Amino acid sequence: MSIKRRFGVGLLFSLVAASAHCGESSIKLAGGETAALVRLRCSTCHSLDYIVMNSPFLTRAAWDAEVRKMTKIMGAPIPENEVAPIVDYLTQYYGAN
Amino acid sequence: MPMQTRRSFVAMAAGGIALAEGSLIGRWARAELPQGTLVSEVRDTLPGKQPLIKRTYRPPNYESPAEFFDEVLTPNDKFFVRWHLANIPRIDVRTWRLNVGGDAAERGFELSMDELKRDFEPAELVAVCQCAGNRRGLSAPHVAGVEWGSGAMGNARWKGARLKDILARAGLKKDAVEIAFNGSDRAPLDATPAFVKSLPAWKAMDENTLVAYEMNGTALPHWNGFPARIVVPGWSATYWMKQVASIRALSQPLASFWMNTAYRIPLGKFPIIDRFTSQESATTTPITEILINSLITNLSAGQRFRAGQPLDCKGIAWDAGYGIREVQISIDDGATWQSATLGESLGKYSFRTWQFTCPPRAAGRLSVMARASNTQGTVQPAELIFNGPGYHNNVVQKIALEIV
Repeated sequence: MSIKRRFGVGLLFSLVAASAHCGESSIKLAGGETAALVRLRCSTCHSLDYIVMNSPFLTRAAWDAEVRKMTKIMGAPIPENEVAPIVDYLTQYYGAN
Repeated sequence: MPMQTRRSFVAMAAGGIALAEGSLIGRWARAELPQGTLVSEVRDTLPGKQPLIKRTYRPPNYESPAEFFDEVLTPNDKFFVRWHLANIPRIDVRTWRLNVGGDAAERGFELSMDELKRDFEPAELVAVCQCAGNRRGLSAPHVAGVEWGSGAMGNARWKGARLKDILARAGLKKDAVEIAFNGSDRAPLDATPAFVKSLPAWKAMDENTLVAYEMNGTALPHWNGFPARIVVPGWSATYWMKQVASIRALSQPLASFWMNTAYRIPLGKFPIIDRFTSQESATTTPITEILINSLITNLSAGQRFRAGQPLDCKGIAWDAGYGIREVQISIDDGATWQSATLGESLGKYSFRTWQFTCPPRAAGRLSVMARASNTQGTVQPAELIFNGPGYHNNVVQKIALEIV
């Protein structure tokens, strides 16, 4: 049984705060062909300042672990063949040098 | 009285414009935060809040600048904001219900806000709410996560029902091992683990653990968990469930990413007394009580003061509730330490203010360090106790000033 069902919260939702904060649109990702893909896959659940904030100190292995955490634990539906390009992009533009 | 240069005074009056060296935003922290963190931080105003330091927009993670801790109680509109999941509903308190039950409870029931306030004797206390990852951004080396400076914390007067009274109505069975909490926040994806947390039953039954519906005399702000949140004085804010919707007494340890993987520290590495044995593994344990810590609130890195005049240094100290014994100041890079004067106590879980007057100095560089100790004899460490998730950063901080 999932945790969510176990807690079975029957609350009424009004997701007023769910919409993106207007300041979020000002976040610019570095260039590169993969930037659009990163924006598409990552911004479903969180603003992209999570990436900029966590730079530039993560190694490729550390960025790989972050992306795997998103797919394996957080349930991000990122196709397997997109994982390596995303990790490459994060390492190149936001990784440790 | 401290004499600031006209330049820095004008900057202060303008409300946080960067100084020539250092900034009012980051103080000592500024030089240590990751470069990308500094690039992406802005002062931003959430509805109902004063401008805070934005770390991330969605989910919203905003910290308080150090000058907001000039007041011993952190006003609600200056209080930090921390969420894990991006869908944060606006709660209608008229339809809100707190669901109580679980397999280790004799009976389940629901409480409206009126019932919560009417049926249980209110309790009130002052307590520090501090994110487990406060100061993560100052970790050396840097580690992944929300790169907090020193402001992912606040001190408030909380009023609410004692959790133990609510659990008494539910009737805890003998095999109750943990009490679990869920809030109303949700992730955009159904596949994401819900943010659920648990406390050991003994901590949930502590008379100071509350289901709080007031913060500093008024309803909780939306961003801080309206209409009710769990308050666990002395323990990390990860347990202070916001928008609490359900309370479950469990006969088995809670299985949840947020308990079994996240918010864990290496076993035996920190000077902690409170254990969470039902969730311990051979190598790690859930974070529990907060560590002895302090913050200088009226000085910032690079600030200038006039030579030959005394310099007023102020700040706060806090711990898990053992009580602040002493705050010491060093102005010679830690070679010698002198006692600061402690302010009035607002309770053992509160920030404790302190004050120290540095003697007049000749022109040159001056570093000020503050170091707190508690009644257990635990002292802030001179070196960071490094851990991968960046929790429990309570290393002594140093602020470099210029005497001109």
